[in-house]
Amino acid sequence: MVLWSLATLTGLVSPLFLPSPVAVGERFVTQLQNGELPTDASASVYRIAAGFLLATVMAVPIGILIGTSARVEAALEPLIDFVRYMPVVAFVPLTILWAGIDDGQKFLIIWMGTFFQQVLLIADAVRQTPRGLIDLGETLGLNNRQILTRIVLRSSAPRIWDALRITLGWAWTWLVVAELVAASSGLGYRITLGQRYFQTDTIITYVLILGVLGLVTDQIMRAWGRRMFRYERSSR
Amino acid sequence: MTPKVSIRDLSKSFGDVHALDRVSLDLHANEFVSVVGTSGCGKSTLLSIIAGLTEQDSGSVTVDGVPVTGPGRDRGVVFQGFTLLPWLTAQQNVQFALQDEPLSRAERASTAQQFLALVGLAGFENAFPRELSGGMQQRVAIARSLSYKPQILLMDEPFGALDALTRREMQTLLTRVWEQHKLTVLMITHDIEEAIITSDRVLVMSRRPGRIRADLTVPLARPRLAAMSSEPEFRQLYSSILELVHEPAA
Repeated sequence: MVLWSLATLTGLVSPLFLPSPVAVGERFVTQLQNGELPTDASASVYRIAAGFLLATVMAVPIGILIGTSARVEAALEPLIDFVRYMPVVAFVPLTILWAGIDDGQKFLIIWMGTFFQQVLLIADAVRQTPRGLIDLGETLGLNNRQILTRIVLRSSAPRIWDALRITLGWAWTWLVVAELVAASSGLGYRITLGQRYFQTDTIITYVLILGVLGLVTDQIMRAWGRRMFRYERSSR
Repeated sequence: MTPKVSIRDLSKSFGDVHALDRVSLDLHANEFVSVVGTSGCGKSTLLSIIAGLTEQDSGSVTVDGVPVTGPGRDRGVVFQGFTLLPWLTAQQNVQFALQDEPLSRAERASTAQQFLALVGLAGFENAFPRELSGGMQQRVAIARSLSYKPQILLMDEPFGALDALTRREMQTLLTRVWEQHKLTVLMITHDIEEAIITSDRVLVMSRRPGRIRADLTVPLARPRLAAMSSEPEFRQLYSSILELVHEPAA
């Protein structure tokens, strides 16, 4: 912050390359007042929520299946591992072809960027259930279904939550990627516009807002997780 | 007297390793039997087969004459590691074993509290496993295994992860609990002193192939006290077991 102020306010760096904090602050206020910022932010938040929820709703059951069944694992994991390494960015033109440039395409990009990673992270979380707890369930006479619901899911829940928290962070990146290329609203779209008109102050403002939104969602999920999995914290 | 548990010619190999080689033994009702041996002699495999968690290559295990085909609530198991469910409190961990029993909520709670009190954990009902020491966690696990009243209790080095002082305390506690609630116990251990102080009989197992090398009756009177470890009978039994444990396979 100090470096940024020094470099810009003393005229060391041209405002075209890096606007001063004051300029960024002014831009923030303008954008807030003209209503563009709230519109952009809500468009982006809506997209990320829908895309991420769609991915999560599909990834949780599939990840659990892969983590618990050797047969499903053998059938799906290599495929998912393969798809996971395909660059999502390269799919942007294709998704436009498939889904147009509306919200559906944003959902698709966010889904593609998070779903496959989620599946593998969740499968791993489920696999980490200690053998001893499963043995315990068996000796207590529980059937496989009861072991899954009463032990495996409960035991891996904190790790699954972590996987969701981490992939939500990635979802923000995919959102911006999708909005940079083809959009008529959203935080990423505004950054593209800023680029087009050399409004570096707009770009910086929106980049900072994206950072803050990401940080806030992460902190909310962290706090929520700490509440749900209170028992994990050592207080001996 | 027909034995409670009868094991005949039990063999199990993992690849080239003969973990168990034609092991036969009987456990009589309400008897406390220990199996001692060096680590890797297959004694945990023996317990796991009796528990129904591992399948044998050949031979049979019967409980009251009925062959064991899988895990069951007639056999309670206390594992070596701490197997408490970290998301449940001590009381909930005990109740976890009771959730499919035809009991009311209140009955479940009072049974759990009663067994926690039995292992000296009254007042710790609402503590999470993380908040309990290793010895306390293992006591909760023992309370849980006893709570659904299995006829047989199988224990795999239950105190192996505890420090020496806590171990002694736990052995006394276990002996006391067993003397009050008679049930058939098979305990796996590598601690000869622990085996003698707790058991009616001590079986010595050899290593690779795992075989029962000796079956020794403990002549000490009950109730057993920690001070007994200095009695001549104790010392004599101790050294003969020690010798058997380390004797090379015939």
